[in-house]
Amino acid sequence: MRWLWLDRFTEFQSGSHATGVKNVALDEEALDGYCPAYTFLPPTLIIEGIAQLGGVLVSEHFDFEKRVVLAKVGKAVYHALGRPGDQLRYAVRIDSLQENGAFCSATSHCDGALQAEVDLMFAFLDPSRFGEESLFNPGDLLGMLRLMNFFEVAVDAEGRPLAISENL
Amino acid sequence: MAPTSDEVFQKVQEALVDALGVDDDEVTPEATLVGDLGAESIDFLDIVFKLEKAFDIQIPREELSPEDILTNSQYVEDGKVTAEGLVELKKRMPWANLEEFEKNPRVQDFGNLLTVQDMVRYVESKLAA
Repeated sequence: MRWLWLDRFTEFQSGSHATGVKNVALDEEALDGYCPAYTFLPPTLIIEGIAQLGGVLVSEHFDFEKRVVLAKVGKAVYHALGRPGDQLRYAVRIDSLQENGAFCSATSHCDGALQAEVDLMFAFLDPSRFGEESLFNPGDLLGMLRLMNFFEVAVDAEGRPLAISENL
Repeated sequence: MAPTSDEVFQKVQEALVDALGVDDDEVTPEATLVGDLGAESIDFLDIVFKLEKAFDIQIPREELSPEDILTNSQYVEDGKVTAEGLVELKKRMPWANLEEFEKNPRVQDFGNLLTVQDMVRYVESKLAA
């Protein structure tokens, strides 16, 4: 099973915002045991998908040089479940970029209705405490971004298509 | 018009309740952020963000955590901050109450120094600047 909880990037503006979709499917393993008689995507995996979208947004801003990890979920409010057949449309915006972390606010919509609201705090791993090992095997992050249509939609702050970073 | 100390305290309290998941009544002026409210190093990132937003101020990292002083051999001897180092700390953090710390200025104790009241005074100093 791939640990990817986002299917596709649909919009990406460097340093600003990103949107993406997650299609909930009945054959996903994660839905099997969670609530067998009434299947829905575990809400924590909605946070994970949004964090993957936001994590790439923050990481790209620093040209993928910082090791960005989800450090805190400041808020997570769910207005509806994500049920098989639903398409969740995630939107993440950077609220603040700091020297050692970043803050993002995000929404999830389904059929035009607000499905969830999530605030996330990302931290950058400090090499003096956590070593310098990369979070990804060589080429894995680039492969993941390609699978998710990232380069088809990603633009820089001026709207020009993003080149593939040397750090990927 | 500058907010009153009570107004600043209320917003600081709100930020700490949000960032640390503690109750309103735990956030007293005397409470220490680390020892009493359980703040971990990662929480300071969150606290700084919330204070910046609540008061529309910028908080440079070194103002709240003077690591450069505490790791400088010129200001630290045998794990304790020297008299010269204390002068530097007071210059950097005039809003912090260093009275207790001065009695036995062990570097390792510095992390548990800041109180809610210190944060209120810090924000007031930023608003007055």
